Amino acid sequence: MSIFDFFRPRGQPSATAAKERLQILLAHERSTAAAPDYLPKLQREIIDLVTKYVQVADDKISVHYANAGSVSTLEVNVELPVMEPAAPMRRSFG
Amino acid sequence: MAKVIVMTSGKGGVGKTTTAAAFGAGLAMRGHRTVVIDFDVGLRNLDLIMGCERRVVFDFINVINGDARLNQALIRDKRIGELCILPTSQTRDKDALTKEGVERVLEELKADFDYIICDSPAGIERGALMALYWADEAVIVTNPEVSSVRDSDRILGVLQSRSKRAEEGAEPVKEHLLLTRYDAERVERGEMLKVDDVLEILAIPLLGIIPESQSVLKASNLGQPVIFDEVSPAGQAYADAVGRFLGHSIEHRFTRPERRGLFQRLLRRTA
Repeated sequence: MSIFDFFRPRGQPSATAAKERLQILLAHERSTAAAPDYLPKLQREIIDLVTKYVQVADDKISVHYANAGSVSTLEVNVELPVMEPAAPMRRSFG
Repeated sequence: MAKVIVMTSGKGGVGKTTTAAAFGAGLAMRGHRTVVIDFDVGLRNLDLIMGCERRVVFDFINVINGDARLNQALIRDKRIGELCILPTSQTRDKDALTKEGVERVLEELKADFDYIICDSPAGIERGALMALYWADEAVIVTNPEVSSVRDSDRILGVLQSRSKRAEEGAEPVKEHLLLTRYDAERVERGEMLKVDDVLEILAIPLLGIIPESQSVLKASNLGQPVIFDEVSPAGQAYADAVGRFLGHSIEHRFTRPERRGLFQRLLRRTA
């Protein structure tokens, strides 16, 4: 340290900011980087298939890939639209 | 059995070719038969860094295509007999490197060499994937700077999923971190990521720290691997790294700023 340190601006050194930004970014990137190459196409086809049967917006379907050690999971989440309550059926009791 | 080592980084300009040249020369100086292959098709530069640019007649792609024999393309270093380089082509054909072709050349080289160093191009395209595919060990060249660390992390992911060893479920590629252009003074002032920060983020073993040094540019100007400059800190740091690679236990140097006299310190601070 020298007496000139006294005049230097206080606050967080830029290297600390660099480390923190990298740690946050890489935690996110590592979880997605492991995804297989076919994932985007699979995602598209799942969306097409679901919308063939149910009227849902694209953003109501999420396909999420996660890798935890030796197990990889593919999570498909479809948020179905609220169903109109079906009209009570008349039942005949013979 | 010959070992295949890839020098890779993802990011360009961090010192892959400088490192490939230094490692090739360092291993050869210790008596190991070593060949350095330039995988940067279209942007040939290893020949220039190693000072044999005027001796290139045939190249890697000529050998792959069967237009030349391997020993016609190999250039033997004039300083160290154990060292050869295989220059790449200046072609703009991106598909010039075929998997079968590269594999055949590597198999042939394995018979005559102890170490095969693959100098990877930047990026994660074909050339980079080919350079790392057959690797037994990888030297990840990283600068203490955010974009370089991020790209190194990405290339580690590629090594762990796209290399031959990964595809075949064999023992993983052995990874080494080589931190280059390290400026201990800026680290001390909190302006640069320190070794421990980078190690904590990338979590791979440290092979060496190469200090920022004027001798690297001087060496490339002259076409001499910087490891020949035995008085320069960078040359010494590369020699240490090669020693560690070969299993010797050598303490890390150049992590602290050089101590200067009070007068020099005052001069510099106020400059």
